[in-house]
Amino acid sequence: MELIQKPWPWYIAGPLIGLTVPILLLLGNKSFGISSSLRHICAAVIPANISFFKYDWKKEAWNLFFVAGITLGGFIATFALTNPDHIVIAPATQAALENLGVTDFKGLMPEDLFSVQNIFSVKGFIFLVLGGFLVGFGTRYAGGCTSGHSIMGMANLQWPSLVATIAFMAGGFACTHLLFPLIFQWIK
Amino acid sequence: MRHTNQENQLTSEQDYIRQDGFDGSNQQKNPEGFVSNLKYLIVGVLFGIVFVKAEIVSWFRIQEMFRFQSFHMYGVIGSAVLVGLLSVQIIKRLNLRTIDHEEVHIPEKTFNKGQIYGGLLFGIGWAITGACPGPLFAQIGSGFLAVAVTLLSAIAGTWTYGLLRSKLPH
Repeated sequence: MELIQKPWPWYIAGPLIGLTVPILLLLGNKSFGISSSLRHICAAVIPANISFFKYDWKKEAWNLFFVAGITLGGFIATFALTNPDHIVIAPATQAALENLGVTDFKGLMPEDLFSVQNIFSVKGFIFLVLGGFLVGFGTRYAGGCTSGHSIMGMANLQWPSLVATIAFMAGGFACTHLLFPLIFQWIK
Repeated sequence: MRHTNQENQLTSEQDYIRQDGFDGSNQQKNPEGFVSNLKYLIVGVLFGIVFVKAEIVSWFRIQEMFRFQSFHMYGVIGSAVLVGLLSVQIIKRLNLRTIDHEEVHIPEKTFNKGQIYGGLLFGIGWAITGACPGPLFAQIGSGFLAVAVTLLSAIAGTWTYGLLRSKLPH
């Protein structure tokens, strides 16, 4: 039980995530991909006569069951398989983030930025609203996310997925090293 | 005549999914109902548990990755790709079939500039939120209720892309 409660190392988690690819293929010819669920939600709830959302989303409903499962899995892992200790963060990363003004290093997400109280503040606008918008807009524009391109696409040796993955990483590096100093200056 | 219409409809249906690079697409011919879809919920539960237990859903782990200060995320993604790659090769070489005895079909991705522009925008969002779409769901399940706002905004972002799609460079 203690082994399950402690954080799992990359060499356990990575292969388990990789196995999702053949499991989904053999269970029902499903290509692994998660951001597509956001498109199906649009198609189901607010299609607004936009041609990109006019398709048979019910045929793709497996994706919605999958993300409902991920939500439930997150709940089980957090409340039944709880890690008793604080998260261990690389000292250099913690120092860099402290320098930017982050003060909470106990859990998976810093309370400074992701607490419910922040929703209607500038912090909430940047880290929840703006960040979320970029995730939804960018993944659809790219035709996939870390799962659809970086894992499924690269596992199937698709070079456009390698291009997308390089772009994901480049965007993340640029944001962390160039935009973060400006953003944290602004919200101080 | 009616048959032809139906065929046209099927083609355009496939086109809408093709436009999106078949991301996460269902290639099974046999239709599935609620009970059959529960399989994917169970796979999702196991997947969500791995996400949280390996702390992939942590904003801090994503920061470590983008600052090159920990191997963890590179190890997770790298070994996931390797296992995925080996599995796909095994499925193809042994001609394995699905549990419904269908041939396994993985659509090819075609390149368009969206993979660069959209990829860069998603990368920025990934660093800000510390989450790709999968972890967003797991974070909400983990009790970070503020992330529900992130998810709603991500849905709005996807919707806006659909609205502006024809005007964007691809």
